[in-house]
Amino acid sequence: MEDLVAARLQMALSLGFHIIFSCIGMTMPVLMAFSEWRWLRTGKQVYLDVTKAWSKGVAIFFAVGAVSGTVLSFELGLLWPEFMKHAGAIIGMPFSWEGTAFFVEAIALGVFLYGWNRLNKWVHWISGVVVGISGVLSGIFVVAANAWMNSPSGFDWVDGKAVNIDPVKAMFNDAWLSQSIHMTLAAFVATSFAVAGVHAFLLLKNRTNTFHHEAVRSALIFGAVAAILQPISGDFSAKFVAKNQPGKLAAMEALYKTSKPAGLVIGGIPNDKEQKVDYAIHIPKLLSYLAHGDFTAEVTGLDKIPKDEQPPVLVPHIAFQLMVACGTVLALAGMLYIIFSYKWQYILFKRWWLTFIAFTTPLGFIAVEAGWTVTEVGRQPWIIFGVMRTKDAVSSMPGLQYSFFLITGVYILLTFILIRLMRRQIKTVPELYESAKS
Amino acid sequence: MLALIILILGTSFVLYTLLGGADFGAGIIEIFAGKREEKTITRAIAPVWEANHVWLILAVVILFTGFPLVYSSLSLVLHIPLMLVLIGIIFRGSAFTFRHYDVSYGRSHRYYTFLFKASSFITPMFLGITLGAMILGRITFNQSVGFYEMFVSPWLNVFCFIMGVFSTSLFAYIAAVFLIPEAHEDKEKNKYTRLARNTMASTITSGILVFIAAQWEGHNLVSDFLKSPISIISLAVVALLVPVILHFIHTKKAVYLRASIGLQVTAIVTGWFAIQYPVVINVKDGHHLTFFNTHAPDATLKQLLIALMVGLVLVIPAFIFLFRVFKVKE
Ligand code: HDD
Ligand code: HEM
Ligand code: HEM
Repeated sequence: MEDLVAARLQMALSLGFHIIFSCIGMTMPVLMAFSEWRWLRTGKQVYLDVTKAWSKGVAIFFAVGAVSGTVLSFELGLLWPEFMKHAGAIIGMPFSWEGTAFFVEAIALGVFLYGWNRLNKWVHWISGVVVGISGVLSGIFVVAANAWMNSPSGFDWVDGKAVNIDPVKAMFNDAWLSQSIHMTLAAFVATSFAVAGVHAFLLLKNRTNTFHHEAVRSALIFGAVAAILQPISGDFSAKFVAKNQPGKLAAMEALYKTSKPAGLVIGGIPNDKEQKVDYAIHIPKLLSYLAHGDFTAEVTGLDKIPKDEQPPVLVPHIAFQLMVACGTVLALAGMLYIIFSYKWQYILFKRWWLTFIAFTTPLGFIAVEAGWTVTEVGRQPWIIFGVMRTKDAVSSMPGLQYSFFLITGVYILLTFILIRLMRRQIKTVPELYESAKS
Repeated sequence: MLALIILILGTSFVLYTLLGGADFGAGIIEIFAGKREEKTITRAIAPVWEANHVWLILAVVILFTGFPLVYSSLSLVLHIPLMLVLIGIIFRGSAFTFRHYDVSYGRSHRYYTFLFKASSFITPMFLGITLGAMILGRITFNQSVGFYEMFVSPWLNVFCFIMGVFSTSLFAYIAAVFLIPEAHEDKEKNKYTRLARNTMASTITSGILVFIAAQWEGHNLVSDFLKSPISIISLAVVALLVPVILHFIHTKKAVYLRASIGLQVTAIVTGWFAIQYPVVINVKDGHHLTFFNTHAPDATLKQLLIALMVGLVLVIPAFIFLFRVFKVKE
């Protein structure tokens, strides 16, 4: 295996693994704090039980999130030393703030998880809120670093060196806002629906169980709102990409030829040889509107991008379709949930509705992975868009594939253990909590 | 500004050695322990290990933001030992948590325990080896020397191995001392006391061996040491604290014991920093990487410092709160 390919696969695997735990780490503290707050307000045991049952799972996920994040902070150098040599000083600022946020988060989490019997109830609750806030902030900071790779700013590139570095400008680059909003929402969508889905699945066996009902309720309140906002924020991201990285947009949409107006391509398999998309649905003019807010606007196709700067088409196109498909289903689920809980609450207990929610369990996470694939693969061949190529950034150590195999083995093992562990945790819930028994 | 950042980098390194070291050391101690000690160790580490671990992340972040050239050079040439450190970190953290939260005490419990112990051993070993390579000066950035000379021989040698043994002993020693006040029964306390004495002896022995091994590998560490007054003072502090700590181990005074071992570890790290300051990585061809020829531009350092200051203001009270809740109330 070529070293560059091995390094890219290792980076993708490590990030794809870590992102699952970071989404959980950003969302679950908020869900737990919400559930605990309901307990503090109403005194109903079931809310406390839900909070406690969740906190056990979160402790496990959080630990894996912390170690996989540590791996990443080393891997940036182990795999891309040339990149970090230049980028370290420029995007160090979001990473330093992220470090601060992690610290607060890790400390507050220790207090939250182990302080149940040692603290005043409200102090305990506040520690949960602090975990949530710092978790979301740390997510935003890292995404700002990644946004800089898409939209480099805050420096001048002279003779292969970065000069006149302005870290503040680099952090608040053009892409940071759209990416941060989209990512934060994504974390809430993915985690909330996954949690709600698992509880809904358990409800199918026993549809009157209050424990699982309250768990689904708490999770879906957040999931529904975020899922409805997500396509709006996605549209905002897409408009930005159209302006800033037309090559990436063209790859996402498999738009081989510059068109005015351009139609939207749904589904299909891009055919690089014949420069067209097989088996796709075409909707005239819609892409012009989605990309530029005008049904007659010109949309840049791959033909306007120099050959050696074109991203691959197949992977970003399919990944993008997958994200949008999942996003559409989840937004629909969110809207239905809100309508039903206002008007027809009895539907929320119906078998078909619970089956549907159980079916949505993996969709959010699939969308997260697909979305990152769009962003990262769509940026190729650049590691810093327009400035440095990925192939120039990779480590010169031969045999990188062995690190890749090692890390792959480790992550497969961890995934396997985690799944077993979670199944065991879920099995013990009825034994531990009175409200989960019937 | 640069001095302040170096100071914070040093401090987070010391704190990681002390707090993270105690957590890794506890895994090593468990190799010599039974079920009861396992319970004590879990109770002692569980609430604090993640927070302790963040000192490492902080050090890495300061390194790649403030000294990007040090970070990228290290990760290039020391790819292999750093990768092994990482594997250790992954398994240590996850196996510990899995064991703590898994409800069953069956076979999987034994696997987690095995992984926890093994990785608690591997990580300090390879951290020590990595530091050894930074001191020894076999590192080269000249690709033409070949794979072995560039990526293996800088760290695969007697000196680095002894550095690994030294770090491992040190971590175990810190852990044994920290665990004495955590135990509830006298029998268990005595066990940690015995382990603390033994690991102290092995730390001192391997510490002396480090200098001998350096000489053997042709790096004159003794003369570097004698040139630096701060190192000599540090060593004196380390040595003077030995009888003090033995006394507190005997009287089992928790607070004094922890304070004095904290001071001792600080002195050890300061001594090492001072021997080679301002060099961070000794390089074969003599173009050593120092704090001064690798640091980021001032604009970056300023932002880094602001983030660190805000961080300290938030984190220090929070840390004190965490330790008060879990370490003092008992
Ligand atoms: C639950 C997850 C989820 C869902 C439902 C969606 N997305 Fe998304 N999307 C992500 C999760 C995500 C992500 C993984 O979080 C990305 C990767 C980079 C980023 O900032 O967010 C992303 C990136 C991303 C990008 C690329 C941004 C860039 O490269 O800078 C675009 C254009 C969209 N999304 C558009 C959409 C649209 C139009 C959606 C409509 C339904 C949508 N996304 C749903
Ligand atoms: C957490 C979510 C992320 C995921 C799932 C992700 C995914 C990926 C993928 C799939 C690749 C491989 C691209 C290819 O094979 O063509 C990649 C590459 C890379 N990513 Fe990301 N990425 C994420 C976020 C980030 C962030 C926050 C950074 C840091 C600043 C980052 C830095 C990189 C680097 C340095 C590469 C290698 C160069 C390249 O192939 O572009 N990524 N990532
Ligand atoms: C978009 C991508 C990313 C997001 C949203 C994200 C978010 C998070 C969050 C919320 C946590 C808290 C731990 C948890 O909840 O499990 C975390 C942990 C961590 N992340 Fe990431 N992260 C991303 C990518 C990265 C990258 C590229 C790096 C490396 C440079 C990194 C380094 C870390 C580290 C070191 C930790 C552990 C901190 C601790 O001990 O608490 N993350 N991340």
